[in-house]
Amino acid sequence: MARAIVNVPARARRGEVIGIKALVGHVMETGYRHTETGAVIPRDIIRTFVCNYNGEEIFRADFHPAVAANPLIEFTTIATASGKLEFRWTGDNGFSAAESASITVE
Amino acid sequence: MITRRDFLVLACSVASTSVCATPAAVQDAIRKLTGGAPVAKGKVRLDVLPLIENGNSVVLSVSVDSAMTPAEHVKAIHVFALQNPLPNVVSVYLGPRSGRARFTTRVRVADSQMLHAVAQLSDNSFWSDSVEVIVTLPACSEER
Repeated sequence: MARAIVNVPARARRGEVIGIKALVGHVMETGYRHTETGAVIPRDIIRTFVCNYNGEEIFRADFHPAVAANPLIEFTTIATASGKLEFRWTGDNGFSAAESASITVE
Repeated sequence: MITRRDFLVLACSVASTSVCATPAAVQDAIRKLTGGAPVAKGKVRLDVLPLIENGNSVVLSVSVDSAMTPAEHVKAIHVFALQNPLPNVVSVYLGPRSGRARFTTRVRVADSQMLHAVAQLSDNSFWSDSVEVIVTLPACSEER
């Protein structure tokens, strides 16, 4: 399993806009590079990233080969209720990584 | 008979023409997205340094001027790079729960070019911003 790191504030006030950062280890091989012998290095990228907040999707991203290695994505959401944020990355060659974080909303 | 030099020149010219998305391809990609609807300038802000030293990892941030309410919010933001082998860079899907229409990521930029961000709002209008960037060390050029 690839290493993933997420940054979510542990506590927030209800209705507050919180910043979220999600990073995952991945080469993001574009499929446009060649080896010294001229063979194409096959594409191996993460295709989608989804963030669920208490089971409901709040953010989704489609990645293309132009996303840099070890994709980092920063976005925001409204702190609605205490609970769990789940992050999932899926990609080529059956790649899958998941991470989660808890938040307390007061 | 093809000399080694001829072969290299030919190989390079083929590579340089095939590896780059044409402006038409970008227009096609944007048209496919909008379904032919007009794309207006404004509301969107594409933040990227105009002078890029290393095209392999470029911090790119897009924000859209929107209240992000259930009635009026940004549905999606798409980023395009004209000179990349594939014009699509990244697409993100937002909603009223996002709070703010803003995201940041790191992308690859193949060459000095125009970068475009297109936002789709909940009323199905499209807004865009473009930034011209200069790249010292392009991505995709290094071989392994």
